Amino acid sequence: MLKQIEGSRAIAEAVALCRPEVICAYPITPQTHIVEDLSEIVKAGDLGRCAFINVESEFAAMSVAIGASATGARAYTATSSQGLLYMTEALYSAAGLGLPIVMTLGTRAIGAPINIWNDHSDAMALRDAGWVQLFAESNQEAADLHVIAFRLAEELSVPVMVCVDGFVLTHAFERVDIPAQADVDAFLPPFEPREVLDPAAPITIGALVGPEAFAEVKVLAHHKLLRSLDCIPALAAAFAARFGRAAGGLVRPYRTEGAETIVVALGSVNGTIQEVVDAMRADGHAIGSLDVCTFRPFPFAAVRRALMRASRVVVLEKNLSVGMGGVLATDVREALGVDAPAVYTVVAGLGGRAITRASVRAAVEKAQAGTLEALHFLDLDRRVVARELAHEVAR
Amino acid sequence: MSAEQQVKFYQTGTFTVGNRLLDPSKRTVQASIDRRNALTSGHRACQGCGEALGARYVLDAAMRATGGRLVAVNATGCLEVFSTPYPESAWQVAWLHSLFGNAAAVASGVAAALRVKGSDVRVIAQGGDGGTMDIGFGCLSGMFERNDDVLYVCYDNEAYMNTGVQRSSATPAAARTSTTPALGDEPGNSFGTGKNLPALAMAHGIPYVATASVADLHDLEGKVERAMAIHGARYLHVHVPCPLGWGSDPARTIQIARLAVESGLFPLFEASCGEVVRATPIRRRAKVDEYLRLQTRFAHLFDGTPRSAEALARIQALADRNVSRFGLAPRETEHHSP
Amino acid sequence: MLQVRIHGRGGQGAVTAAELLSVAAFLEGKHAQAFPSFGPERSGAPVVAFCRIDSKPIRLHEPVVEADAVVVQDATLLHCVDVFQGLLPDGFVLLNSGKSLEGLGLAQIVSLLSPGHARVLDASAVARRCLGKPLPNVALLGAVAALTAAVGIDAVVEAIGARFRGTAREGNVAAARAAYDLVAGAASC
Repeated sequence: MLKQIEGSRAIAEAVALCRPEVICAYPITPQTHIVEDLSEIVKAGDLGRCAFINVESEFAAMSVAIGASATGARAYTATSSQGLLYMTEALYSAAGLGLPIVMTLGTRAIGAPINIWNDHSDAMALRDAGWVQLFAESNQEAADLHVIAFRLAEELSVPVMVCVDGFVLTHAFERVDIPAQADVDAFLPPFEPREVLDPAAPITIGALVGPEAFAEVKVLAHHKLLRSLDCIPALAAAFAARFGRAAGGLVRPYRTEGAETIVVALGSVNGTIQEVVDAMRADGHAIGSLDVCTFRPFPFAAVRRALMRASRVVVLEKNLSVGMGGVLATDVREALGVDAPAVYTVVAGLGGRAITRASVRAAVEKAQAGTLEALHFLDLDRRVVARELAHEVAR
Repeated sequence: MSAEQQVKFYQTGTFTVGNRLLDPSKRTVQASIDRRNALTSGHRACQGCGEALGARYVLDAAMRATGGRLVAVNATGCLEVFSTPYPESAWQVAWLHSLFGNAAAVASGVAAALRVKGSDVRVIAQGGDGGTMDIGFGCLSGMFERNDDVLYVCYDNEAYMNTGVQRSSATPAAARTSTTPALGDEPGNSFGTGKNLPALAMAHGIPYVATASVADLHDLEGKVERAMAIHGARYLHVHVPCPLGWGSDPARTIQIARLAVESGLFPLFEASCGEVVRATPIRRRAKVDEYLRLQTRFAHLFDGTPRSAEALARIQALADRNVSRFGLAPRETEHHSP
Repeated sequence: MLQVRIHGRGGQGAVTAAELLSVAAFLEGKHAQAFPSFGPERSGAPVVAFCRIDSKPIRLHEPVVEADAVVVQDATLLHCVDVFQGLLPDGFVLLNSGKSLEGLGLAQIVSLLSPGHARVLDASAVARRCLGKPLPNVALLGAVAALTAAVGIDAVVEAIGARFRGTAREGNVAAARAAYDLVAGAASC
């Protein structure tokens, strides 16, 4: 059913359609509306048997989800930024135990300095935890990805994080087609855990594993995550067949046929980039873009296939690995290998700074002209930086 | 899954095996050949470990009380480490290792899932004093405040034993630990610090709070049984000596636990909705010295110096205050049945 | 694509106005996107909300830099925020005030726009009359419909009906219609 609603509301309704059994979350901007909407849905009795737990911290939120999932209940939580970091230990635990928890990450910058606006540093910080990380380009995709996430998580027995740009998507009213319950039920069967806490067949979950076995356990987890590289396209196809629209998948190229320059990005900024691509194509430039929908596991082969014929790649990323540079760009370079085209890292949107068509276009034109730095900061106030650096030197 | 292991009875004292002259209904769960043996033999605990004893006592009693319909969530610590060295496990109960500070939260999640599924299976969360009182306190308080249907059991051996005997908020005054060495003006752990978790639990107003000791099996089992008959957040604080950390003779674990109770330093009581409803009187009052002397973590208090004498007096005062506050003075006229 | 920017102070419902405008457009079968300039909302602090309306899906996710219409819910903002920044030459301006445009010192701005594109009305007074509270946001939406024809008044009324209940609904609908009539009916400002 078509609705004009807030992104958070779309996500809440999509999650509710997936028949979660335990919802537990701790409030943090910009995820709050999702959880508030879900509490309303649960309290109104619209969700059947579902427990909504008001936990005392994000660490507790993921912990409650772990307990619930290990007991065979479909569990969901949501967080952002500082909250994600606070539950780090539990995130690794969930992944290590292979629990199919689904979590919305309303992506937000990490302090210090404290900043409540959107960027991708939180998702980047936990990219090695063993969770599948999917990025939504729009509110429609944000809703759809949650349906796909539960099925992916339970098929592989691995936790899945759906990354939705904080404020930009979570707080934006957009047109969304909310699926019908019957269709979601047909796509997402009831949760059947591989292992479960059950007095009738007691098992020990979470043993102490020493040097003689730890590596094998970890490598098996690695292989499981790699299997999702096959699962994800299959689920995207199944989703399209059932719901009649595209969602998810590994990567989504836009006008990359014959493109000399391709811009790569995660999340909502892809919409803005596609506007730039259209405008530049109309002006005769051979340009395209690539939306990386699945960030972890990193779809090396799919990225390589999409980019290898370009002359230059501009990776636009909303995070900075302080002391190193770009994270997505590093993965892209790895995908392209030795005979790679030029790959530029454009760090943009940190701490919620707006990314405009004009700025993106200017950066792309500089790349085409060969005057863009390898690591470029979009719309940086260079005067301020230069002044402060000069103070440092003078110290 | 390996087949369940049956209980093995060795020649031991009357309290563990049970007095054959006693009415069967008055015998302990431990005395029964068909007790669950939730923590079976083969684990890697130290000789004389009070926590291994306490965990077996508590879980077997809980399994009896729930007809075996129980799930256990265990915090990181000695108990978890010595009981599950992959690929072996000593647990004969559905068991989940959480993390260090979140056993209460994970247990809340298990309880929520069971409730949603309409199951009658019950939940126990367990951890040491570190995982419960310090790093686990936030999650514990949350579980209490929501009145989640979990019995949380704290095995208190008064320090972070698994990591090398570091001080926790349960470490008693003057005790030597690796981070409160017996040096300087105030050797050992400082006076005037620490937390009283049973009191904090009571402050949350939860339906049931109790303290217990491995020295009084009947009392402990009775408390577990009463706790499992209640739904809602419940807390049981079990005192468990650690021969390694306390510097005591492994053969004297139960004797030392009994002296802690009889000195008044570890009062046994039960509380309901924030009010003490029952306390176990002390049969034979002991001086704190009798208890402290058996542990090298207090050895520095017996150097004969005035400072040490003062410390001992302060500890005695703490014990006396417990006795008066909980009304634990032995009643000579009362015939106390075992 | 039509891009509207709504300036207000926290608590005056600027964000709600943008959302309702997007819902009205949706009800007419258009694509719309509404979002605030995000921040920890404090009552009384300046806030901005945006709404884009288009006949095709909206992919853009940048703030509204070039506005086709600017709505100012609180005239005191004129002193502290450049509400007209990025306003397109053929754009519209709608201000909530009991004063005239000249009285507000906006004669210069008005002269740069097409005739009739800048309007002022006392939406707070309309709201006080219809709603019992000087909350001008919904009334101004009725005025936006009349001024810009971005959406029709019926769609605005339907959007209001879906969001509010009881007397709030009746009052807001009345306020929107009253403001619409004031702007649509008046020959000039």
